[in-house]
Amino acid sequence: MRPFSYLRAATAEEALDAFAARPGAQFLGGGTNLVDLMKLGVTAPEFLIDVSRLPLDSVETTPEGGLHIGATVRNSDLAAHPVVRTRYTALSQALLSGASGQLRNTATTGGNLLQRTRCPYFQDTSKPCNKREPGTGCPARDGVHRDLAVLGHSAHCVATHPSDMAVALAALDATVQVRGAGGERTVPVTDLHRLPGDRPDVDTVLRPGELITGVTLPPRADGGHSGYRKARDRASYAFALASVAATVRVEGGLVRDASLAFGGLAHRPWRARAAEEVLRGAPATVETYARAADAELAAAEPLRDNAFKVTLTRNLTVNVLSDLASRAEEGARPPT
Amino acid sequence: MTDALSQDTALPSPGAPLALDSAFPRREAREKVTGAARYAAEHTPPDCAYAWPVPATVARGRVTALHTADVLALPGVLAVLTHTDAPRLGPSDDPTLALLQDDRVPHRGWYVALAVADSLESARAAADALRVEYDTDEHDVRLTADHPRLYTPEEANGGHPAVRERGDFDAAFAAADVRVDATYTMPALHNHPMEPHASTAWWTDDGRLTVYDSSQGSATVRDTLAGLFNVPEDAVTVLSEHVGGGFGAKGTPRAQVVLAAMAARHTGRPVKLALPRHQLAAVVGHRAPTVQRVRLGASSDGVITALAHEVVTHTSTVREFVEQAAVPARTMYTSPNSRTTHRVVALDVPTPSWMRAPGEASGMYALESAMDELAAATGIDPVELRLRNEPAAEPDSGRPFSSRHLADCLREGARRFGWEGREARSGVRRAGDLLLGTGVASATYPVLVSPSTATAHADRDGSYTILVNATDIGTGARTVLAQIAAEVLGTRPDTVRVDIGRSTLPTAPLAGGSSGTASWGWAVHKACTALAGKLRAHSGELPAEGLSASADTEEEAGRESPYARHAFGAHFAEVQVDTVTGEVRVRRLLGVYAAGRILNPRTARSQFIGGMTMGIGMALTESSTMDAGFGDFAERDLAAYHVPSCADAPAIEAYWVEEDDPHLNPMGSKGIGEIGIVGTAAAVANAVHHAVGVRLRDLPLTPDRLLPHLATAPHAFPLAVSGK
Repeated sequence: MRPFSYLRAATAEEALDAFAARPGAQFLGGGTNLVDLMKLGVTAPEFLIDVSRLPLDSVETTPEGGLHIGATVRNSDLAAHPVVRTRYTALSQALLSGASGQLRNTATTGGNLLQRTRCPYFQDTSKPCNKREPGTGCPARDGVHRDLAVLGHSAHCVATHPSDMAVALAALDATVQVRGAGGERTVPVTDLHRLPGDRPDVDTVLRPGELITGVTLPPRADGGHSGYRKARDRASYAFALASVAATVRVEGGLVRDASLAFGGLAHRPWRARAAEEVLRGAPATVETYARAADAELAAAEPLRDNAFKVTLTRNLTVNVLSDLASRAEEGARPPT
Repeated sequence: MTDALSQDTALPSPGAPLALDSAFPRREAREKVTGAARYAAEHTPPDCAYAWPVPATVARGRVTALHTADVLALPGVLAVLTHTDAPRLGPSDDPTLALLQDDRVPHRGWYVALAVADSLESARAAADALRVEYDTDEHDVRLTADHPRLYTPEEANGGHPAVRERGDFDAAFAAADVRVDATYTMPALHNHPMEPHASTAWWTDDGRLTVYDSSQGSATVRDTLAGLFNVPEDAVTVLSEHVGGGFGAKGTPRAQVVLAAMAARHTGRPVKLALPRHQLAAVVGHRAPTVQRVRLGASSDGVITALAHEVVTHTSTVREFVEQAAVPARTMYTSPNSRTTHRVVALDVPTPSWMRAPGEASGMYALESAMDELAAATGIDPVELRLRNEPAAEPDSGRPFSSRHLADCLREGARRFGWEGREARSGVRRAGDLLLGTGVASATYPVLVSPSTATAHADRDGSYTILVNATDIGTGARTVLAQIAAEVLGTRPDTVRVDIGRSTLPTAPLAGGSSGTASWGWAVHKACTALAGKLRAHSGELPAEGLSASADTEEEAGRESPYARHAFGAHFAEVQVDTVTGEVRVRRLLGVYAAGRILNPRTARSQFIGGMTMGIGMALTESSTMDAGFGDFAERDLAAYHVPSCADAPAIEAYWVEEDDPHLNPMGSKGIGEIGIVGTAAAVANAVHHAVGVRLRDLPLTPDRLLPHLATAPHAFPLAVSGK
């Protein structure tokens, strides 16, 4: 058997010290992805530092009126949190659309962000994969890729990031708190994940040994609404074919502010800044939303079998924005 | 899901004589939900070792080197079996069981070695570490309707002739008022029972082999192992006490039981082997993909004058298995001129096998879709069209039906579903972003039965024991056999113990072909009848050892019937198609069956709705992609291969019509394990057509297939993007 050492860290300091002593270790959260990958032989850490029981399991309002989410808060707890449900609806919806009830009970906030692609070639060690073994090639480009990327991919990798939660966080301008040997830093969630380029083996901008300790959501402007919608092959327990998270604030028939992120399309949660440019200040109409989607999706480079994702994302974008804007205009309901 | 048990499901009041027709809960329910019921991999004899197989990583070729020495040096590793040193196996009817016997690799995933170690983890690590070298040949895994190597086999699965012709199809089709000519495709489908294939095996010094195996029939496993390992059949004991589903994939022995026995013999220790989920697709069989062309010619009033159902499918180079998808067309409808054919090509793919209603599930998808197309072409309601094509006798054989209540199923289903007044046009029912539609399809499944033996025993204390090597694969076999015995013995089922799932019991056939209850039940009925006679003849207290009677139904169950015997059914589905996403969801699914006497409404309903749920998967979610470059199935775990989740299975209702058929067996029952899946996919697909107004003929109906046809929906502006 492949022996590995295991340490259950009681504090973040202990986890970081343990890593410093054993570079090459991996942090273990809920284990819903890492343990699978170890069984499949995709990864073989010599040392696991279990951070799932660090005292980072609370959700607290920040002095600015935002929300701080500890890295070990379980997905199910976060989705059910009253403030998340009412003021960060997109996040709650995204969490509940992911995985299964059992997995959500186990998966952590930090671990969810760092889960790895479900590309079938990445998970099969009998086949080449640049992400798993740099330089071996990417059979997905010409192989089975209906579920894979249409945006931001490279000749080396067409994998997608599988998280639903991260897409909502991207639209909600979340930041990620990170601790490492060099101290603490904050990374916008939209900068956390990389595009594959010629280094698809590197998923994120985290440095070796850096530990996610929490996620912070900025205050939500009054009158804004947020939502998440995901399309998938079966009604539950399926990764997104495409998903859209959005926030919209409409005043006087105009889009005052909007944010938009796509899931299931790229190597990272895809913040749709070009679309947001179109939306800002434009009439809150279906035509605007479609134009916004087109502005973003103009960069799409579908593969042989996944061009449907472009149409799908366009439809989802128009649908989600229309829905949120109409609720904003109703104005009678409390902001969500 | 509706909770209402359909029809009369009341338990009999205490002391009431009723045993059959009552909704007894399954006997081992508590054991199962508490984890007390132990499955094949949950038996751990002392000193048990663990095995992990090594699949080939090329699609065609030969093994040229196996670097076993490196692996044998790893901690805990006991052996690495390969074709150079594995025990030589005796002959078998099934060449997929000739494991580790030569260097040939017939498909990717074929086992080339088996690692055995002290622990599961060490075995797995050893298997992963084994370096294998191959000489690789070019492979061919693509099924096409015009593949140059297609041939007509002698027969299709089930012993059916590959080709049947009646009348003059070509002339009748050419002369028909209305013609439908359509081709339907289905990908490979995978059984994926909840319990993966597993065995725990050990040999004793006297040369006896004992195996816990996850199997649908331990007698066949015993006989096969005896042949392969060249020992007498009575030297092999196979136990299949609880089996977590099989759906055909455990109908005959699979690789795990041969490998476990091999490794146990080689190491001299008990060996446990549970096949990992991601290897199943390549080694336990699958429903073969099909390309099915159906042509229907009819008069303007919808009566079929010409019917052709031509099936193209694949098999492996190891063994010929031909999915008999054109066979139901020989039974279903009036068709004075008919052609039903199968052609197959042997590709470098895993060997296909039985999957729930082989032939019927796949073939009825195509035939019942074509019937819906004929209904549209003639402007006749789809229920009415089917009623107009009821045959007086089985079209292919000319034999009278022992009973056929398809028309009753259609009428009763239409009534319960609210079919009357259905919008005749398609693509017009709308609710916000959703398009709504309803569809209907017929179902059929043959009455199969095999000879069986059984023993019934009466004890002094007034209790009874039934001994029969039946297998409970989750259907409730113990429960219904106790009911049958109790009915004959005039007692309550709770006074009857049922001992099944062991090859040392009176020999009985497998749980397959929807024939288990009929086959085992017939022998139990006969044994109990004999026992009841003995009890009547006996006076005074029973002897200490009690009284026993045994029965063998070789003669009566083996006799060919002068009747065409089939169960029938009708499925009604309502779907919604989301015009934003292309997602299809089933809103309602209703089945009505005519399947002889229903012996236990509770367990029967479970089987019906289980089959219907599997049919939803076939229609909408279950997609297996043959990766042409590598030669294997791309979706190999339950995250990627989408069996329906609870959220995909909405209000499902199952009902049945009373059917009194004296030409079946003493219970008057037909099989019910498979018919629930038959026709469900067509009903769903027909409902999708009704919703969208476009006929999609390639399953499954996933969003990528729907979206191109939903461009007229509000908010959807087709974007000119083409794949590159």
